[in-house]
Amino acid sequence: MTPAPSICLTGTAHFGAHQLFPPVQLEIDAGTWSCLLGPSGCGKTTILRLIAGLETGVDFQGQIRAGDGQPIPGRVAYMAQTDLLLPWLDVLGNVTLGARLRGAPADTAAAKDLIARLGLGPHVHKRPSQLSGGQRQRVALARTLMEDRPVVLLDEPFSALDARRRADMQELAAETLTGRTVLLVTHDPGEAARLGDRVFLMDERGMVEAVPPAVSAIRGADDPDTLAFQGRLLAALRAQSAA
Amino acid sequence: MSGALRVVLALAVPLALWQALVSLGGLPPFILPGPVRVLEALWSNRGLIAWHAGITLTEVLAGLFLGAGLGILTAILLAVSPMARYIVRPALIVTQSLPVFALAPILTLWMGYGIWSKIVMAVLIIYFPVASSFFDGLMRTPPGWLDLGRTMGASPARLLWRIRVPAAIPSLASGLRLAAVYAPIGAVIGEWVGAAGGLGYLMLLANGRVKIDLMFATLLVLALLTLLLHRAVGWACDRLVARTD
Repeated sequence: MTPAPSICLTGTAHFGAHQLFPPVQLEIDAGTWSCLLGPSGCGKTTILRLIAGLETGVDFQGQIRAGDGQPIPGRVAYMAQTDLLLPWLDVLGNVTLGARLRGAPADTAAAKDLIARLGLGPHVHKRPSQLSGGQRQRVALARTLMEDRPVVLLDEPFSALDARRRADMQELAAETLTGRTVLLVTHDPGEAARLGDRVFLMDERGMVEAVPPAVSAIRGADDPDTLAFQGRLLAALRAQSAA
Repeated sequence: MSGALRVVLALAVPLALWQALVSLGGLPPFILPGPVRVLEALWSNRGLIAWHAGITLTEVLAGLFLGAGLGILTAILLAVSPMARYIVRPALIVTQSLPVFALAPILTLWMGYGIWSKIVMAVLIIYFPVASSFFDGLMRTPPGWLDLGRTMGASPARLLWRIRVPAAIPSLASGLRLAAVYAPIGAVIGEWVGAAGGLGYLMLLANGRVKIDLMFATLLVLALLTLLLHRAVGWACDRLVARTD
């Protein structure tokens, strides 16, 4: 993996005549977790897609730069709310999908190691339909890690999981994605409070940064400072929607 | 109820009703021959019917392969090229406003009484359902899979081959299942208009000579042929879908 760059997005987006978000500035530090927290429809997924170089259908005016001046597309791994596993491939096939799609030979041994590391060893030749929701999301994480990209963009990847599996996945992701520049888009204040080295709050009026507790992420779910921070984030979200 | 019992019942009840209608209604055999008489005609003409069935089967299989192949190629072309969609798609819809049956005399005029006019009829009749269903499948790839593929650096050709085509296999399978039932219709229509062989030709011949039992026997063989083809294509499609699902 090449060194993880910082990323800075500044600009505004319009959808036809409608302004999706006003001028914002998002600074994602190199090698840490930044969380973008906001209600549905505020444009946070659009920001993630803009950074990933994916189709957004909006008119974006501004710039997206990596701190090292190199282009960002090609250095990004992407994980979405649904696991996006291909039903016709087994776990190994899904984890090595990237190589397959680039016409490169797949490193099967490395993929198997990774699958075993995420506790999926016995399932390596199973199809996604034979796995539970939590296992499927772990396969998606393995696929993301297999890409070995310095920038990882996560679009609410844990929101469909139950509370226990979500906490497990958050810890697993925090551990395995260490050293990468991660942007996590979420609507869950608890998730942002646990995982964010920096936390940005967004709504249709713009973006503000919230200052997280001094203890570094990932924070304990029962840590009093984290819980207090979660409370402040929730209050800020509710104040936004009431305004 | 077991599958075999259901098949036996589904066959036995209509046959019994048929025989009852003939026996009790006093219908003459040149209007409606009874099932026993039809089976007798089938047995005594087995060589003749088999020979004609071979011709029809050849036409149907050739039509099925060519029509499905052309349909698949068209669907891929339309899916990858917006220009092709812009130009070809309206033309495709317009061709569907022409009843294919109405083309049979023209095809026979151009291609003669041999098997090619029938193969082309079968191709024309199955081309559209195959092309249309596969194209729909190719255009409905879940967008998340395409996003994932793009962030992984896939070229459009690899996205097509590794993601869009496998994702569209169930749609293609439903088009092929339809094609298996439609292809014999095309071949038989072609044979009715003008042919030197085939089950459709044999039916007309038997009708002209008031050999109604032979006509029914031929019809029975045609129905069995279509059913077998439908089962075979269905089986092949199931294997294909299982490989990709």
